[in-house]
Amino acid sequence: MSFWTRHQIFEKNSIILIAGILVVIAIGGLVEITPLFYLKSTIEVVDGVRPYTPLELAGRNIYVREGCYLCHSQMIRPLRDEVERYGHFSLAAESMYDHPFQWGSKRTGPDLARVGAKYSDDWHVTHLTNPRAIVPQSVMPGYPFLAKTEVDTAGIADHLKTLRIVGVPYSEDQIANAAADMKAQAEPDNTGVDAFTKRYPKAVVRNFDGKTGAPSEMDALIAYLQMLGTLVDFKIYNEKANLR
Amino acid sequence: MSPSSSAKSMTIGESGLAVVFTVTAFLCVIASAKALDAPFAFHAALGAAASVATVFVILNRYFGRPAELPPQEINGRPNYNFGPIKFASVMAMVWGIAGFTVGLLIASQLAWPALNFDLPWTSFGRLRPLHTSAVIFAFGGNVLLATSFYVVQKTCRARLAGELAPWFVVVGYNFFIVIAGTGYLLGVTQGKEYAEPEWYSDLWLTIVWVTYLLVFLVTVIKRKEPHIFVANWFYLAFIVTIAVLHLGNNPALPVSFFGSKSYIAWGGVQDAMFQWWYGHNAVGFFLTAGFLAIMYYFIPKRAERPIYSYRLSIIHFWALIFLYIWAGPHHLHYTALPDWTQTLGMTFSIMLWMPSWGGMINGLMTLSGAWDKLRTDPVLRMLVVSVAFYGMSTFEGPMMSIKVVNSLSHYTDWTIGHVHSGALGWVGFVSFGALYCLVPWLWDRRLYSLKLVNWHFWVATLGIVLYISAMWVSGILQGLMWRAYTSLGFLEYSFIETVEAMHPFYIIRAAGGALFLIGSLIMAYNLWMTVRAGEAEVQSPVALQPAE
Repeated sequence: MSFWTRHQIFEKNSIILIAGILVVIAIGGLVEITPLFYLKSTIEVVDGVRPYTPLELAGRNIYVREGCYLCHSQMIRPLRDEVERYGHFSLAAESMYDHPFQWGSKRTGPDLARVGAKYSDDWHVTHLTNPRAIVPQSVMPGYPFLAKTEVDTAGIADHLKTLRIVGVPYSEDQIANAAADMKAQAEPDNTGVDAFTKRYPKAVVRNFDGKTGAPSEMDALIAYLQMLGTLVDFKIYNEKANLR
Repeated sequence: MSPSSSAKSMTIGESGLAVVFTVTAFLCVIASAKALDAPFAFHAALGAAASVATVFVILNRYFGRPAELPPQEINGRPNYNFGPIKFASVMAMVWGIAGFTVGLLIASQLAWPALNFDLPWTSFGRLRPLHTSAVIFAFGGNVLLATSFYVVQKTCRARLAGELAPWFVVVGYNFFIVIAGTGYLLGVTQGKEYAEPEWYSDLWLTIVWVTYLLVFLVTVIKRKEPHIFVANWFYLAFIVTIAVLHLGNNPALPVSFFGSKSYIAWGGVQDAMFQWWYGHNAVGFFLTAGFLAIMYYFIPKRAERPIYSYRLSIIHFWALIFLYIWAGPHHLHYTALPDWTQTLGMTFSIMLWMPSWGGMINGLMTLSGAWDKLRTDPVLRMLVVSVAFYGMSTFEGPMMSIKVVNSLSHYTDWTIGHVHSGALGWVGFVSFGALYCLVPWLWDRRLYSLKLVNWHFWVATLGIVLYISAMWVSGILQGLMWRAYTSLGFLEYSFIETVEAMHPFYIIRAAGGALFLIGSLIMAYNLWMTVRAGEAEVQSPVALQPAE
């Protein structure tokens, strides 16, 4: 019986055909995806990487909501020009708490993986409100509405709780105080600042949008942008630690 | 007609669906009232309204129909069900024009950023997913629904399974599109490319898609032909694999069941790999396998020639679906994904060139002995040129998946150009060709004007050429500028200088997109006139018997 005759079993039986399809399409995915959950290089632990603060998380959600990832990548490749332009190439660990990941696929604008601490808060406020006020050739949309919109603090604890279920290690303490922490990070005079910095060591507390009152979406987004790529100190980073 | 012998009663499907949608309407009202955010309240209200409308339509249809359900066969010939196919065909045309228009708008925004209007719902970041979803899932999806339901009936010589189920699939799918699309404008998104719809849209799509699979499969099972036709293998692989990809990429946990926001179960590297396993196979199975099924039915039909090689189509099928699944990591070259995964992705992408061109050869060579028809039949020309574009972009793709090439092309407009040579040239043209065949067949009309098809063909082709050549130049130019060094060893260009250099190409690209849109408007007019005013196809007096 030739190969072509044998193949008729698929041509004449729809259930066998479906079973064949399922087997054939399962192989590639299983081989490529399964190891990523246990290989050392993809689950490496690097000093300094921590979950987002409530304000940063809210900022990240705005980043996702506005589709920033469609024009900005957050993944520096280990190529000479990229490392010189943007900084140390991105590590897997730096996006380990990202649900979803925001590596992006297009650079209509520059990579943002290490944009944190590169520009002042003022620069960001002006630039986000009207990009062409600072960079005349820019094609980025303006986001003046961010400064006018208050960010939702009340619901943020539920966000932390949800993230904990999918694997982000938020503590009970961090969840219970999420709303207070969110306000504290944007108000340096807030009484909760000390408790906040104890819960999130090295997190930056500033009035990001320069305005008084409840934190705005501008506060949140800039808090997020200003921490991007700043968690790992590459002066003391041991690149051999995760070699197999 | 003899009077009905049995008393009229509701089918299980009618009563069941009516009950389910009554309950759904109540649940949606409650969800809308308790909603945590405005978009969710809006979507729940839409769900309630749609559910009420559905119950009304089901009851209305029941009271209006005869006691007997439509027969499976009339005088020994299958009683084909064309209603849902007509609906999907019309929706394909509507969404196509909407999607191309949004595409033209966002292309123009990149050339003239003032067109973002500084408003949340008109900014590029929210409109871009609207464009991609409208063209891929709304336009492409409806073309696939329409053609698959047509082809499966004709090649199985059986009426579509179920009476309400096919309607549930086509209407439910379009409702998903409305929820997803309005969601993007309101800022509801998962932030995963081509998988932006939030958890509740994803759940709804899952229900619709499983029903789609069942309708298709049951129709295949009750076929009157011993063999399952080649096109149906491809449709089946497309439906099954999209279900697997959708479930694998979208396991999300909502923050609240009364809110739109959710967090995806996967994070970081794992999420990236899942995303591009999904993303590349949305190309491989939605935009390729599904449309190859169209090629395998419509080209032989239109050219009135058999498929070139049956054996080649067997090899084409299995090799294509096996290799495609591996190709995802080529979207993640030089990232934090392990090197071995990237290399596997690249290797399989290069191998993928072979089945792709095998399929192209099978499609093109089907015209053996009928090449002269390209001169006289612009619809066939559209179908054949689509296969040529398929060949071109499936050569370009493997080339771009090679790591050194990718280090230049990735993150640039070259990728956008590549996608559009496939999307406009292959998916667009094969869909247009199929609709030009399908609409006259469904409505039993003669196509209104072949001359207008010719105009559509040339206007759209010119648009594609402008689009992809502008993107080649801008992509390669930008890639080279990013890595250019001065003689002193400094980076030669700041980032913004490379943005500025793109401006002329963005204008040319927008012009190309405008031409493509004009072509589709010509098409919509032509199809409209076909249905409205076209003369009925002349029926041959003696019914032709199928050759057995």
